[in-house]
Amino acid sequence: MTTANASRYPAEYSNSVPLLCGQSLSWLKQQRTNALLQFSEQGFPALHEEEWRYTNVSAIEKKLFSPKVNKTTGFVDVEWLKSYQLEDAWSVVLVDGHFSAELSSLEGLPNDVLVKGMADALEEIPEVLERFINQAVSVDEHSFIAFNTAWFTDGLFVHLSNKQVLERPIQVLHIATQQDVLSATRTVIILDKLTEASIIETYVGYDNAYLSSAVTEVFVGKNADLTLYKMQCESEKAYHFGGVYVKQDCHARFRHHNFAFGALLARSDIHTDLDHASECELNGLYLGVKRQHIDNHTRINHTKSHGISRELYKGVLDGRARGVFQGRVIVAKDAQKTDSQMNNRNLLLSNEAEADSKPQLEIYADDVKCGHGVTVGQLDEKSIFYLQSRCVDEETARNILTFAFANEMVDKVRIKVLHEMILDQALLRFPQEGVNKEWL
Amino acid sequence: MLSIKNLHVSVGDKPILKGINLEINAGEIHAIMGPNGSGKSTLSHILSGKSGYTVTEGSVTYQGKELLEMPPEIRAREGVFLAFQYPVEIPGVSNIYLLKAALNSIRKHHGQSEVDAMDFLTLVKGKVRLLEMDEKFLYRAVNEGFSGGEKKRNEILQMAILEPKLCILDETDSGLDIDALKIVSEGVNSLRSTDRAFVMVTHYQRLLDYIKPDYVHVLANGQIVKSGGAELALELEEKGYSWLEDNQVAA
Ligand SMILES: Nc1ncnc2c1ncn2[C@@H]1O[C@H](COP(=O)(O)OP(=O)(O)OP(=O)(O)O)[C@@H](O)[C@H]1O
Ligand SMILES: [Mg+2]
Repeated sequence: MTTANASRYPAEYSNSVPLLCGQSLSWLKQQRTNALLQFSEQGFPALHEEEWRYTNVSAIEKKLFSPKVNKTTGFVDVEWLKSYQLEDAWSVVLVDGHFSAELSSLEGLPNDVLVKGMADALEEIPEVLERFINQAVSVDEHSFIAFNTAWFTDGLFVHLSNKQVLERPIQVLHIATQQDVLSATRTVIILDKLTEASIIETYVGYDNAYLSSAVTEVFVGKNADLTLYKMQCESEKAYHFGGVYVKQDCHARFRHHNFAFGALLARSDIHTDLDHASECELNGLYLGVKRQHIDNHTRINHTKSHGISRELYKGVLDGRARGVFQGRVIVAKDAQKTDSQMNNRNLLLSNEAEADSKPQLEIYADDVKCGHGVTVGQLDEKSIFYLQSRCVDEETARNILTFAFANEMVDKVRIKVLHEMILDQALLRFPQEGVNKEWL
Repeated sequence: MLSIKNLHVSVGDKPILKGINLEINAGEIHAIMGPNGSGKSTLSHILSGKSGYTVTEGSVTYQGKELLEMPPEIRAREGVFLAFQYPVEIPGVSNIYLLKAALNSIRKHHGQSEVDAMDFLTLVKGKVRLLEMDEKFLYRAVNEGFSGGEKKRNEILQMAILEPKLCILDETDSGLDIDALKIVSEGVNSLRSTDRAFVMVTHYQRLLDYIKPDYVHVLANGQIVKSGGAELALELEEKGYSWLEDNQVAA
C-alpha cells in the first residue's frame, strides 16, 4: 500500500512501546515489531478494501487516541460501574485497557479455571500465551489486528481445564474513563475438551470520545461448549473496533450473542472456524439511532464435514443511523454434509436510516445444505392496523412492533440478569411510550 | 347504533362500494352475504378504520358520532370490533400482552383504572375455557403459527374479552371445522345482548343455523341489492347470487 494511508499513530506511540506488557518476551516483541511495521505501511483500513467498503474510519485518523501505559487507574465511579455489573457472575474489570485486580472479584473461582490479566499472564505463563496469541487471527486479516497487536496494553487470559463446567458466568467489563484514551486489549479464552462456560464481554464508557480496540481469541476444544456474549454499550462519542476470532475443535459448540448498541462508530468482526461436527450459532442485534454507524462482519468457516451453523442478525435503525452487515459462510471442499443458515433482517424506522447487507456464500463442497436470506423493510402497516383495531394507538403500536422485532434476539439470552440488562439497554435507545417491559 | 348513508368508497380511482345504506340497531344481528370481491371486507375495513381507502361520498354515524373521523384505535375503544377475515400474525407480541394492552386502553378511555392482574387472569382464563382453547395460546405470539381455525377462534377470544358494542365478523366461519364452528357460535351467542349488535359477513348458511340473524343483506358489486329476514339466506343457499345480480343489472 502507498504512503497515502500512512498513519501518524506509529510516530505518536513510539515512546510508549517499551512500556507495553510482555516486552521482555522476544517472540511477542518480534510480533509487535512486525505488526507495527505493517500498520505503518498500511494505515487504517480504507473504503476500497472489500471488507471495509461501507465503513469509513478516517475520523480516527483525524483524532489522536493515546494508550495509557502506566497501570494506575484514575477515578472510577463505583456506583456507575455497579450498574453494569451482573449479580451472580464472576467479575473482571479492565479500566482504560488495564486489568484492575481491585475492581475485579474472582474469589471462589474453581481451581480448574484460570482467569488472569493479560500482562500478568505474560509474565507468569509466557510459554502458554506464545501458543495462542495471534493463532486464531492473523495480522494480515486487516490493519486493526496489526494495530491491536502492536499496542495492546493488557487484556485477559481465561483457561478452563479438567472438564470444568462453570456454573456462573464470567463477566468481563471493559470500561473507558478518559477523554481521547485508546483502550487496546487482547483477550485469550481457552476451553479444554469437555469444558463449558458462559462469558460476557461488556464494553461501556464515560461520556467521552475514546477508542476501544479489543481483540479476543477463542479456542474451543473437543466437545467443549462456550456461550460468549458481547454487550457493546460504548459512549455515543466513542469508536469501537472489536473482533472475536474462534477456533472450534471437532464437536465443539460455540454460541455468540452480539448486542451492538453503543458508540458513534462501531465495527465488530466475528470469525469462527469449524472442525468436524462442530456447531456454531451467531446471533446479533444492532440498534442505531441518531448518526450511529454500526458495522458487523461475520465469517463462518466450515473446514470439515458435518458442521452446523446458524446465524441471525437483526438491525433496527432510526434517525440517520447506518447499519452494515457482511456475513460470509465458507464451506471447504472437505466440509460435506454442512448445514448452514444465515439470515439478516433490518428494520428501518426513518427515511434517512440506511441498512447495507451483504451475505456471501462460498461453497466448494457438493453435498451441503446452505441457505441465506436478507430483508430490509419498515414496520408492517397491516400489523400496525391490526394493533390499532385492538385499541392500541399508532405510536404505541409502532413501539411495540419495534421492540417485538428486537426482542427476538434479546430473548435468546439465557442468563436472567443479563437478559434484564440488555432489555433495559435496548429500551433506553428507542421511544418506549406504551411498551411494558414486564409483558415482553 | 350504526347508520351508513350512501357510502361510496374507492381504492385509488377504482370504486368498490357504490352507495351503501344500512341501519343497525343495538340488539340486532345482521348477516351480509354476497359474491367474492363484492366489497364485504372493504365495508368491514372502512368501519374499523383501515387506511388506504377513499370515501368519496356518504357518511357513517356510530352512537351519534361521525365514525369515519375517528382513528381506528378510538373506534375500537368506543366498542367497534372487527374479527378479521385474515388475522395478522404479530411475532414477538404475546397474545396475553395484547389483550391486556387492549383492555387497559379501553378502561383508560372510559376513565377507569388499569385492570387488576388477578381479575384479568380470571377473566381471560374463563373466556379461554368458553372457547375451549388451550391456555398455552395466551402465551404464544399473536396468531404466529396458528392454524387457520385457531386464528379465527383467537379473534373471538379477543372479542369475548373486550366486550365490544358493534361486533363485525368477517368470514369468521371459514376455516373452522364443524366442532369449532359450534364452539365459536356458542361463544358469539353468549355475547348477544340488547346493547350489542353484530354484523356477520359469511358465505354459508351453516353459521346462520347457529347464530340466527334478524336481517340478511346481499352485497353485490358494491351495493346492497337485496335485504330480508333469515329466510333470505336459505333462498340464497338454494339459488346462488346470479338471480340477484341479474336483477340489479335489469334495474
Ligand atoms: N387495496 C386494494 N387495491 C385494489 N383493489 C382492491 C383493494 N382492496 C380491495 N380491492 C378490490 O375490491 C373488491 C372488493 O374486495 P373485498 O375484499 O371487499 O371483497 P369481499 O366481498 O370481501 O370478497 P371475499 O368474499 O372474497 O372475501 C375486490 O375486487 C378487490 O380486488
Ligand atoms: Mg372478504
